[in-house]
Amino acid sequence: MASAHSVDAILEDCRALVEDPGFPAVHRWLEANPGGKVLGHFQVYFPEEIPHAAGMLPVKILGAGSAVQIRKADARIAAFVCSIIRSSLELALTGRLDFLSVFVTPPICDAARNACGVWVRNLPQLNCQMLYLPQNVTSPHALPYLRDEYRRIAGVVEEAAGRPITEDALRRSVALFNENRRLLRELHRVKRETPWLLSAVEAYTLVRAGGVMPREEHNVLLREVLDLLPQRPGKRQDKIRVVFEGGYCEQPPADLLAVIQDACYIVDDDLLIGLRWLTEDVPAGGEPFANLAAAYLDGSTYSPVQHDPRKPKSEMLLRRIREAKAEAAIVAAPKMCEPGLEEQVNHIRALEGAGIPHLVMEFEEKMTVFEQMRMEVETFAESLLLDFA
Amino acid sequence: MSKDAGPGGPTMAETTTRIGFIRNEGRRLMDRWWQEMTAADAAGRPTAYVFVMGSLDEILRVFDLPINCPEITSLQTAVRGRSLEYLQTAEGYGYSPDICGYVKADVGLQLKDRRHPNGTVPKPALAIATNMCNTYIKWAEIWEQMYHCPVFVLDLPAWRGGDAAPRLDSDAFRNDRRYVEGQLRDLIGLCERLTGRRFDIDRLREAMAEVNRMAAAYHAVLALNRHRPAPFSAIREGIVFQGISNLYRGAPEGSRFFEGAAEELRERIHLGMGTLNEKYRLLLTGTTCYAALKRFAELFEEWGGVFVHSTYMVFAGGGFASDFAYDVSRPIESLAETLLLSAWRGFSTPMFYAQDWLAETVRDWSVDGICFHGVKSCRTTSTGLPDVREWLRTHFDIPGLFIQSDLVDPRMWSDAQLKNRIDAFIESLAGRRATGSNEAANAAR
Ligand code: SF4
Ligand code: SF4
Repeated sequence: MASAHSVDAILEDCRALVEDPGFPAVHRWLEANPGGKVLGHFQVYFPEEIPHAAGMLPVKILGAGSAVQIRKADARIAAFVCSIIRSSLELALTGRLDFLSVFVTPPICDAARNACGVWVRNLPQLNCQMLYLPQNVTSPHALPYLRDEYRRIAGVVEEAAGRPITEDALRRSVALFNENRRLLRELHRVKRETPWLLSAVEAYTLVRAGGVMPREEHNVLLREVLDLLPQRPGKRQDKIRVVFEGGYCEQPPADLLAVIQDACYIVDDDLLIGLRWLTEDVPAGGEPFANLAAAYLDGSTYSPVQHDPRKPKSEMLLRRIREAKAEAAIVAAPKMCEPGLEEQVNHIRALEGAGIPHLVMEFEEKMTVFEQMRMEVETFAESLLLDFA
Repeated sequence: MSKDAGPGGPTMAETTTRIGFIRNEGRRLMDRWWQEMTAADAAGRPTAYVFVMGSLDEILRVFDLPINCPEITSLQTAVRGRSLEYLQTAEGYGYSPDICGYVKADVGLQLKDRRHPNGTVPKPALAIATNMCNTYIKWAEIWEQMYHCPVFVLDLPAWRGGDAAPRLDSDAFRNDRRYVEGQLRDLIGLCERLTGRRFDIDRLREAMAEVNRMAAAYHAVLALNRHRPAPFSAIREGIVFQGISNLYRGAPEGSRFFEGAAEELRERIHLGMGTLNEKYRLLLTGTTCYAALKRFAELFEEWGGVFVHSTYMVFAGGGFASDFAYDVSRPIESLAETLLLSAWRGFSTPMFYAQDWLAETVRDWSVDGICFHGVKSCRTTSTGLPDVREWLRTHFDIPGLFIQSDLVDPRMWSDAQLKNRIDAFIESLAGRRATGSNEAANAAR
């Protein structure tokens, strides 16, 4: 992506990129790298450093929003399954993911694990794999297990890429992704502290673009945006500060986020949390597979699909609210999402216990009508403004 | 099809007393388990909550920790016709109608002071959840919140997509096995701390030997249903087998139950007793609807349709893969390895990659057609069922019916619609039989 020299122009490019179900940045990369191989990975977290170190392009596969009509996938998947599972499969069944050599899904939930079988059966030309990320994260045996599981996936990657992954190459990739995560943290800081300079939808668009473009380019883009943001005109408004929770897997439509941000500042969220799952830099020295594994287990944030007794999820949400100096929360869950809907109940109880106002909602990536939600959000925000007045 | 599925079976004179054993002994054992639950609650005895896919009863028995199987107690609320009140209690608390019905029936039970139509369940002192269903982990987190009990998540990495079969000599399998073994040792330590008792490896050996005995008898029971007519229904007697195989895993009564069941089934075969006037042999993928258990069976049985096997009898019946056997001379290593293989062949592939197992069962149990029952609130068993059905139709010409309802939610049962679909399916099986397509497809397999 060419340097555009204004935040708005960069945003416009990123919007076009993330809304296009044809993966234009991937095709551009393939044109520039003839014979290059692409690895797709499903939500939530995947150690993208591994394919990157083999010269592959890692790409996040996270559904298609409302951009693709689901036809073929509906005949393969039961009706009561969330939309991201169907739309991701639809992308594959309609040839839009033909550029993939490997597809990896962590079995984050019952639907995702089961969908892997559907992919394997229907896409014989594609190497479909599950990366088994531990749920027993506090076991002392989880670290050596995950290190070797990463090595196993590295073997799959090496075969697809046709070249070995050297430790040095992996360290260089770790450094690149550390930088990406640092920039993403910075972007979120700006949004949290000065949401009038960078709205939640804008930040989300910038983050999401990283999932479908080479991370080297994404780093350049983020640096440019971060340089430009302080000069961006923007005026603080009298809006409620809220945290949006529930965007860790299926993505809410940007229009839904826009409806919320019309009435509130979304100062923090868990949208695409996998891209900033690791909260600290992965050490550059030492054994990189072990470092990546340790970072996953001990230097990471939280989501409904990872069990970690050290990070009770509702307490983590309360912390996120506190740290963002938010006054309220929007507790969302994708329709038909078992882990999300279950977590929602815990969150609601915790928020009630802490006396934090909250609005509960369910969404679907392919929603296109938001009037009802607009009314609910406006009523919620107004009632809070009056309360706090 | 072999007509002598019970070779070496006892003579009629020796066995006539066995008829009724499955029903009576099954009921006795279930009642006894409930009495133990209720007594454990009254005495405040620490109890472990476990799940049917990877319960680790072998270890818990060493510490005399009674087990509660909430999947079974939830199922029973439906069989007793009482699930709705529990579901609605959970929904009133905030749980969505789209959440697993077992979870909600249990949440309702917990919120109703753990009072069940069959007795009272004790509070958990420990919960063990494997990853075989991700909802297990979310469910256990609910108890963690409610009771602040430790939750032990046992990772069984197992099937990873791609190859259907495990390669025992691969680095990947060795890594998984090391991890599972390490976790089992962690769990033993946790049980020691929780109960204040020292681990006794000989008691583990005894429990594992009992599981071996149960698995052998369980396989004999399943194999007896290859007989035509089938001596049992995989959804009527199947529910009893599933309950006992989990609640009495590792206990001599459990092994004896399946040995006795096999004897009764042999006798049924000897007497020419089928479950009914069998016309069509069916295979169930997924579970039945416990909120309409009798009706579900009737809709097929009125056409002479008998369920001779089900995936449920495999993944929820102990996960006993065909060559299941613990090596008790190296108990913990063998427990780890066998659990992993159960997770692979007994739990994962029958649910997530079922086409080969289904095709083999169709062949070996002489099945005419498969009923794929999509359970609205269970994505673990249901997500890819339409795809598997299509795969088997196009690759092996195996006829399949896809229907939807739920496990325990009577609101999801739509009788007229289900009847229409089932009637049409059976008629299509009749049509195939008339044209000889079944035989042709079976011969080609
Ligand atoms: S949205 Fe929920 S149910 Fe769907 S894939 Fe993601 S975690 Fe699984
Ligand atoms: S989701 Fe399915 S397998 Fe999992 S606990 Fe619920 S009913 Fe059982």
